[in-house]
Amino acid sequence: MSALIAPSARSRSPGGTQEPKWVRVCLIAVALAFIALFLVLPLAAVLTEALRNGVHAYREALREPDAVSAIRLTVITALIAVPLNLVFGVAAAWAIAKYEFHGKAFLTTLVDLPFSVSPVVAGLIYVLLFGAQGWFGPWLQAHDIKIIFAVPGIVLATVFVTFPFIARELIPLMQSQGNDEEQAAIVLGATGWQTFWHVTLPNIKWGLFYGVILCNARAMGEFGAVSVVSGHIRGQTNTMPLHVEILYNEYHSAAAFAVASLLALLALVTLAIKSVAEWRQGKILKALGELPPERAGVYAADALTLQPAG
Amino acid sequence: MRKVLPGFGITLGFTLTYLSLIVLIPLSALLFKTMSFTWEQFEAAVTSARVVASYRLTFGASLLAALVNVVFGLLVAWVLVRYEFFGKKLIDALVDLPFALPTAVAGISLTALLASNGWVGQIFESWGIQLAFNPTGVVIALIFIGLPFVVRTVQPVLEDTEKELEEAAACLGATRWQTFARVILPAITPALLTGFALAFARAIGEYGSVIFIAGNMPMVSEITPLLIVSKLEQYDVPGATSIAVVMLAISFSLLLLINALQAWQRARSGSPA
Repeated sequence: MSALIAPSARSRSPGGTQEPKWVRVCLIAVALAFIALFLVLPLAAVLTEALRNGVHAYREALREPDAVSAIRLTVITALIAVPLNLVFGVAAAWAIAKYEFHGKAFLTTLVDLPFSVSPVVAGLIYVLLFGAQGWFGPWLQAHDIKIIFAVPGIVLATVFVTFPFIARELIPLMQSQGNDEEQAAIVLGATGWQTFWHVTLPNIKWGLFYGVILCNARAMGEFGAVSVVSGHIRGQTNTMPLHVEILYNEYHSAAAFAVASLLALLALVTLAIKSVAEWRQGKILKALGELPPERAGVYAADALTLQPAG
Repeated sequence: MRKVLPGFGITLGFTLTYLSLIVLIPLSALLFKTMSFTWEQFEAAVTSARVVASYRLTFGASLLAALVNVVFGLLVAWVLVRYEFFGKKLIDALVDLPFALPTAVAGISLTALLASNGWVGQIFESWGIQLAFNPTGVVIALIFIGLPFVVRTVQPVLEDTEKELEEAAACLGATRWQTFARVILPAITPALLTGFALAFARAIGEYGSVIFIAGNMPMVSEITPLLIVSKLEQYDVPGATSIAVVMLAISFSLLLLINALQAWQRARSGSPA
């Protein structure tokens, strides 16, 4: 069939499925102008505004004690929230991608739910649970435990908002790779853990890595949900985005943009890692796609025997 | 036969437990709390003039921003898939910036650009147009937030469209525009609608990037999520909760709509779910 089509495809003029040159140039120009206006300019504005009062002021704004404690709280929050969602993401992706069961589509929808809930509503639900007038409020007060207007509330809100990221990244990836390799490994006597560690993980590692990085970027940058539960206590419950807001509202614009520039850099690093991870994961998928199913099984078995279980 | 692989029980069990603890139980707290109000209380809270004005702004601005994103998102996706030009890889990576950039940073940055002394704002100021601290600013912030949703849903579908169909259309004498309108556009319509719904859903809930640029004048440029926050700050928990339930119901309907659209798209492209 393809041999029949090929000669005619070669002989047709390229004009039939290609726009005239001036149209192409115009479309590219408009697209680039839109990107420049909406994406490049805001990014450039952050960096220029941050350095408006010079490098010295920039460094001072980042060294100031409230800024340092905001950076520390942001890092701590991400260090708790990201690993929690990592474990969940891997478990959920394994259950959803590797098995067929009733209500799978519904479960996938529920995993996506936090994406579509407004961050403000996300913060509010924890206030209703743990706030002074909330379900557990009186009990928490009696035992002198603070969740709302304290670090645990910030962590909870962050976990909620970044909940689907790693699972969303892994589910389609693991579905596209199928179960052949894992089944081969199990038949050859590997334990479930060995199979995951030596067979599944090498195939999904770049997708997983990107999921973690994106989850981290969102965890560090979350504003709405955290703003509702934090109470904005300077030096105690202020994360970096909240610190940016306070500085900005107090007309310390350059200092606000200095802290914001750190978050913007984090976003740029995230995008760079995404490009690399997509490219590497694409290579793995392509290599796996080129192997016939039987061959893929043998390949997986090889990987397993080469690395005896520890 | 299907369940040769071990770990189903433990991974599904963990998934359900964690999902319940973090998402389902807290969300149900919102519903239970609402049930403790009388209907009159609830109705008064969600239909007061100020709240209705905020719905109008939130939905109107989100709709407008999502429509702009459909047009420009399709254009950007088209250019990235079909053409070669210098810096294409960089642009492709940059499209995800609104996903990765914290909303508060986007908010203050757009405000600095569009305020009457900003790079862009002063140009428009000289024409007598104000871009910041009014509903226009809200729309611009929501365009920024929503752009990647449309590009990233349309791009893969555009990559997968069959070149043979376009060749057939050209052979049968269609102009390039006819081929686009009658062959390519129908093939990517489900993806465009999905991207539109995703951008719209995200815009409705958006808070961080909007509050800096909106000016937040009651009845004029106050978005619904901000109203929830200000009610909460005034210790009006019933008021905040009632509005939040309305928002939640809308987001959940949109989520179901998006799922249906994605199922349609999979059926259209013929690939297994």
